[in-house]
Amino acid sequence: MNNNNVIQAEGLTKMFGDFKAVNAITFEVKKGEIFGFLGANGAGKTTAMKMLIGISIPTSGAAHVAGFDVFTQAEDIKKNIGYMSQKFALYDDLTVKENITFFGGIYGLSKLKIKEKTKELIDDLGLQEVANQLVGSLPLGWKQKLSFSVALIHEPKIVFLDEPTGGVDPITRRQFWEMIYRAAHEGTTIFVTTHYMDEAEYCDRVSIMVNGKIEALDTPKKLKEQFKVDSMNDVFLKLARG
Amino acid sequence: MLPIIFVLPLLQLVILSNAATFEVKNIKFAYIDHDHSSSSRALIEKFEASTYFNVLTDFPSETQASSAMLKGEVDVVLEIPSHFERNLQKEKNANLGITINAIDGAAAGVENVYVSQIIQSYNKHIKTDLMQRLDAQIQPVNIASIPLFWYNETLNYKTYMVPGILVLLVTMITLFLSGMNIVREKEIGTLEQINVTPIKKSQFIIGKLFPFWVIGMGLLTIGLILARLIFDVPMIGSLFLMYFYTSIYILVILGMGLFISNFTDTQQQAMFIAWFFTVIFILMSGLFTPIESMPEWAQTLTEFNPIKYFVEVMRMVMLKGSGLMDILPQLIKTLVYALIMNGLAVWSYKKAS
Repeated sequence: MNNNNVIQAEGLTKMFGDFKAVNAITFEVKKGEIFGFLGANGAGKTTAMKMLIGISIPTSGAAHVAGFDVFTQAEDIKKNIGYMSQKFALYDDLTVKENITFFGGIYGLSKLKIKEKTKELIDDLGLQEVANQLVGSLPLGWKQKLSFSVALIHEPKIVFLDEPTGGVDPITRRQFWEMIYRAAHEGTTIFVTTHYMDEAEYCDRVSIMVNGKIEALDTPKKLKEQFKVDSMNDVFLKLARG
Repeated sequence: MLPIIFVLPLLQLVILSNAATFEVKNIKFAYIDHDHSSSSRALIEKFEASTYFNVLTDFPSETQASSAMLKGEVDVVLEIPSHFERNLQKEKNANLGITINAIDGAAAGVENVYVSQIIQSYNKHIKTDLMQRLDAQIQPVNIASIPLFWYNETLNYKTYMVPGILVLLVTMITLFLSGMNIVREKEIGTLEQINVTPIKKSQFIIGKLFPFWVIGMGLLTIGLILARLIFDVPMIGSLFLMYFYTSIYILVILGMGLFISNFTDTQQQAMFIAWFFTVIFILMSGLFTPIESMPEWAQTLTEFNPIKYFVEVMRMVMLKGSGLMDILPQLIKTLVYALIMNGLAVWSYKKAS
């Protein structure tokens, strides 16, 4: 296994009964990369991601994440990754600070470290005024940014983002991508699924899934050349329509 | 939410403990007197003297009495045949007709006992009278049984019901809260977030269940205080023993709640299953109907009913002052139950699918 690859999947497959949700996908993600994981609804993106983060056991194939096997070392993988789901998944009935403390605690951060992180995170996001408010009362855009920051709280090697910008406004989307770039710059590998093709352009490399298979994988530039189109949008349409 | 969790059950305790009584009072009693003799009047007076009967009317005929019973205006009708007094004196034997409305079977049974007791005591009286008149040499032999009710001398139903109802409340609240809780996290998506963290299964489960364990113990405490202050229920046994047993008992219920939530995807499903078990457990707990009178298969089933053990232990310790050795069988069964339930719960909780 190449040491530069933080994610390596070979023939990774997930069956639900007779249905092949993910059909033998093979790919690798390099350290520090922003890897766009694209596909239409139901193409199998979320299922593939769930196998990589250790909450869905693959039917067959092999995959290593952060150097650990998804079959046997799922709990070791979890220590080294952050995850932000499509659903907002912090506790609505805890305050901003309590959520940070809670997740910091789960990842085994020391009290001192949690305190530092809390301050840093709240300052970065400009959430000082709402730090003691229930998270449920915040607007969606703020919640998503908070959620992303919490996913990074234990300084993971890889962070998995499942449609992180779904339903937020363009300004927040832009800010969100700035945060992603910053994290990538600091060496965190970003694995992101999205439906926004402009966001796909921001990625270092992009894979496009169709019906459980990876049909294309390259840099956005090369993909556009390969399909002889001007935008990722057209690449996606060509592939997804078949 | 927290005030609701505490206030509603305690309100239930107060209301139910006052309402759930097996005593049958204010029995609507009517009679048809065909005899109109001093003997028949004496018998009716006996009923009038009883605090359990409200003597309503004297019906002139059977048809009127039965139509009144049909309308639910009377519960018990006593029919005194003509020549009642004559037969009693001459043949030392007379028949009485008793009709009891048995729509409510349990109440009818109790009413029957009351009626028989009154007639018996009347009978004895008559016998003595007759004997003294006819043959003064033969002394009447009166054998009376005087029942002694141990551990609840006055047969106070509250003494008997309060510990039982307290048990139900502690059980219901902890079962519903724990059953709903994890399913709710499934619904809102936080469970998935937790599952991608390196948290250990045991840490998660203890973290989830401990608060409900505390709530259960808190409910017990407040319930016991109310039982003492409002209902004056005796607490003869050791409080420590009660808490010790309850602390293990709640683990059974929490394990059950967790087990339910592992197999359900929505709060409705969890609620439905939790209700299914609570209703069966409550009705088969021996709280409202004695287990001894259930058919054999049902008695076997009650062995798997944790509420049964809790009710038994609470009553034994509170009313009888039983010690650790007395409740040991229940304690061991509960402990085994707790181990099995929580084992199943931990086993069925999976971080990955």
